[in-house]
Amino acid sequence: MKNRENIISLYTIVEREIKRTLRIWLQTLIPPVITMSLYLVIFGNFIGSQIKGIGGFSYMEFIVPGLIMMAVITNSYSNVVSSFYSAKFMKSIEELFVSPTPSWVIVTGYMLGGIARGLMVGLLVTIGSLFFAAPHIYNIFIVILFVILTSAVFSLAGMINGILARSFDDISIIPTFVLTPLTYLGGVFYSISLLPDFWQKLSKLNPILYMVNGFRYGFLGISDINAVFGLIMLVIFAVLLFCANLYMLKKGIRIKT
Amino acid sequence: MNALDIKGLTKRYKNGPLALERIDLTVKKGDFFGLIGANGAGKTTLIGIITDLVVKTGGKISIFGYDIDTDFDKAKTVMGAVPQEINFNIFEKVSDILIHQAGFYGISKSIASKRAGRYLKQLGLWDKRNTKANSLSGGMKKRLMIARSLVHEPSLLILDEPTAGVDVELRHQMWDFLKTLNREGKTIILTTHYLEEAEYLCKNLSIIDHGKIVERGSTRELLSKLDRQTVIFYLKTPAEVKSLDGYKINQIDDMTIEVEIAKNQNINKVVSLLDKQGIIINGMRNRSNRLEELFFSILGKNEK
Repeated sequence: MKNRENIISLYTIVEREIKRTLRIWLQTLIPPVITMSLYLVIFGNFIGSQIKGIGGFSYMEFIVPGLIMMAVITNSYSNVVSSFYSAKFMKSIEELFVSPTPSWVIVTGYMLGGIARGLMVGLLVTIGSLFFAAPHIYNIFIVILFVILTSAVFSLAGMINGILARSFDDISIIPTFVLTPLTYLGGVFYSISLLPDFWQKLSKLNPILYMVNGFRYGFLGISDINAVFGLIMLVIFAVLLFCANLYMLKKGIRIKT
Repeated sequence: MNALDIKGLTKRYKNGPLALERIDLTVKKGDFFGLIGANGAGKTTLIGIITDLVVKTGGKISIFGYDIDTDFDKAKTVMGAVPQEINFNIFEKVSDILIHQAGFYGISKSIASKRAGRYLKQLGLWDKRNTKANSLSGGMKKRLMIARSLVHEPSLLILDEPTAGVDVELRHQMWDFLKTLNREGKTIILTTHYLEEAEYLCKNLSIIDHGKIVERGSTRELLSKLDRQTVIFYLKTPAEVKSLDGYKINQIDDMTIEVEIAKNQNINKVVSLLDKQGIIINGMRNRSNRLEELFFSILGKNEK
């Protein structure tokens, strides 16, 4: 297809994904806001008031960027994995495969759909957090860069899960057993500088630590890791995952027989 | 230029049987072509390969001159497909399904909306345009898939069992619609279980069995190969028909007989023989349609 046709096709996929997110807003937009509000009330307000500040900020202010990032990560991932697997399950994914839409447009479309949901949820959680903590923005460009790259990486990871999934059970295994533990251990609620040396080193193997800290750096200007290193890692992950998706779609893995 | 050229097409599923074995098939531009075969004969696999939903093991396919190995994107723009099973997002609105599909072909929303409206009207779905697809009846869902396959205005339309599970009245409406499309110049490839459908619609036919094309030709040619037909006679009063000279008969009950009539025999003779026995005929019909008889005779020979 020509460039103009590719853009129309890409726009159609993204529009369809956004419509889907908005159509089922009670499942997609409201739960993360409620969950994060509970975290803010329980960890930030009740427990956080007993904890001394970190890096010159109150505990509540410290956890807000981490909680926003946690919501972005889980929602970008779950948006694409559930949307792609549902399309596979209903066979509506065939609509795309019988059309001349190139594989790179399909991957980009689903990725942008995931980013859109990540941003929508991130924005709602940010608005919710304003009731609990005063806003701090150290560098808005770093915030935007980290949030977009992180949601891109997890949208692409979710797409791989959606492509490989054989049942609805398969789409909840990774979020439950991999994503949630890594997010909780990725410095959302604490600074790894508070951990013993061994656990600090182990924590640095967790890629989510770099995303959470990089994002926090954009908000508060404090971080346990080098934000530039985090950005480079995110770009590398995004490129690798994009290529993996492209390969699987072109080969028709778990889609074509 | 042919609408479809298939040479030596082979498909072997992973750890499975040979689904298609060196298929050669040509469909001319403007044809209404029927691919008939029993369940599991290979029809859906063949269509799956043409539409990029199944990966071929070997062979060449070109669609209006576009080789699918090198120009699949171009080939896809000239064909539309209606699969056997429902394959749209049932939670989307009817009109959205068509507009999105057009979008996947790079067609702008303004053009897509006009076309969607036209095809929804033609297929009697205009009133349902703002309805979610999951609330449509089975027949409406089939018509929606036909509308969707047309929204990018393809030259070749491939229909895999489009009228399966559709009531008789609607089936006839769909036949008329498809005939009109063909008259307007669209090449149509149809797979069907309903042999009367193939006989009524198709100009040319191929019969596929166990992954091989076992018979091909124009519908007229193929039907002329039928060497016998079975006719059922309904008697006016109960009678026992012992024999009919030169004809194989089977008495179903005292009011009904089946007579096998070879190509070189004729029905007039049967009627006169029955008349000589004082038997009055109230009505008669073919036991099955002619294509069905041919189909079973070919598959029967194949089994042997």
